[in-house]
Amino acid sequence: MRPARGTAVPAPGTACSPRSSKPLKDQADTVVNGLVARFRAGEKAALARAISWAENGSPEFAGFLREVYATVGRAWRTGVTGPPGAGKSTLVNELAKVLRARARTVGILAVDPSSPITGGALLGDRIRMEERTSDPGVYIRSMASRGSHGGLSRAASDACDAIDAFGIDEILLETVGVGQAEYDVVSATDTVLVVLCPGAGDGIQAMKAGILEVADVLVVNKVDLPGSDRLLLDLEEAAHIRHAGRSAWIPPVVGCSAGKSQGIEDVVAALERHRQHLEAAGLDAVRAEKRVAQVQRVLQERLGAALWSEGGQGRRARTLLAAGRTPYDVVDELAAALVGALRGAG
Amino acid sequence: MVETKIRVLVAKPGLDGHDRGAKTVASVLRDRGMEVVYTGLHQTPEMIAEAAMQEDVDVVGLSILSGAHMELFPRVRDELVKRGMGHVLLVGGGIIPSDDMRKLESAGFAKLFGPGTRTDDIGAYIEAEMAKRRARNAAS
Repeated sequence: MRPARGTAVPAPGTACSPRSSKPLKDQADTVVNGLVARFRAGEKAALARAISWAENGSPEFAGFLREVYATVGRAWRTGVTGPPGAGKSTLVNELAKVLRARARTVGILAVDPSSPITGGALLGDRIRMEERTSDPGVYIRSMASRGSHGGLSRAASDACDAIDAFGIDEILLETVGVGQAEYDVVSATDTVLVVLCPGAGDGIQAMKAGILEVADVLVVNKVDLPGSDRLLLDLEEAAHIRHAGRSAWIPPVVGCSAGKSQGIEDVVAALERHRQHLEAAGLDAVRAEKRVAQVQRVLQERLGAALWSEGGQGRRARTLLAAGRTPYDVVDELAAALVGALRGAG
Repeated sequence: MVETKIRVLVAKPGLDGHDRGAKTVASVLRDRGMEVVYTGLHQTPEMIAEAAMQEDVDVVGLSILSGAHMELFPRVRDELVKRGMGHVLLVGGGIIPSDDMRKLESAGFAKLFGPGTRTDDIGAYIEAEMAKRRARNAAS
């Protein structure tokens, strides 16, 4: 546990001084309350610390979120995903510029991969967002993926909640750009923007990768490069094949050149159209379903861990496997016993 | 399931276009399991301190080869303090005369590393310092 700096070293004789007889929980409450006060006063450092709690899975985050939860839900969350090198960071920087020109405050959460070997990470997305660093209306945070899928989607969604509660209007969540975990991460957002560029495979590749299932807006970046016309057409066709007649929203395909600041207004316009579409279709219900899915994910994670260790399932599994049973027979037996116990209790 | 990583900002203040050293150190720290934010070239002290605050880093490492360290390093420290980030472990490296190193080390910098430093020594120093600080925080 890392206590909040600034509130971490209490004056002697206060409730959480080293010799205090107060229980640990009260000390944690003091740390959370101190942070919430600074957070409400608009201190970006307090927002930064809340996000660290979310990243680290610190128990203080739950207390923090409880305090500020009533103000969550005002920000619009856009997930930006796409293969490495497609121009995600550059596009996010350009989107932030256009949104700032419209007097919207912007929070950027940029995820980069952690090394699966050492657990370390080199977070370099800020380099392409340098112009935004000194803008008081922008908050930028780099986040390492830290390996575990569930962990990242939880941390990213928690970080979005913190930025949202801080009163920021627009959140841009930029993902690593590879793998299935991407979809868990962007599922925490309202609008998913998928950015591709010519020369990285044709429209069939895009269909294979499954991006059409998650994309609300498709962007072809580096549209000045050869092959972009073909990619635009392929994507439009693929989007129609998938969505026409089946859903009320067909993902628009927009070309831009983020490195040259061209076409960004068109991308923002497409994002706004999707927002209007969702708001008309019942945004509250969509967001409520995402919260339900979040509870299900976290509950499964916690129950699974508890059953395995304290619940003794791990020990039983070892015994049954040692007796020569197949893995599936072991699962059947353990699950049947658990479900039976639940029915008995209910 | 609390998982705490050492977060480091590696930054190049001022007009100095040589960042091979900074990139090398950033890679070495990453390979030791730290999360390293690198902000690129030509950063003002304000930009560095602002990034350190928004990223909630534990360590700020400055690299400079231009000779302006006595001008820029104290300004980075001042900007950090201004943003309530006086607690970060502040280190630096580059072409810095030993007299200047001593002056900086008595002015808010924990340690300066000169040419010829083994990169592993930098990593080990940061890990040892962070372990001390966390033990102190846990005890309080």
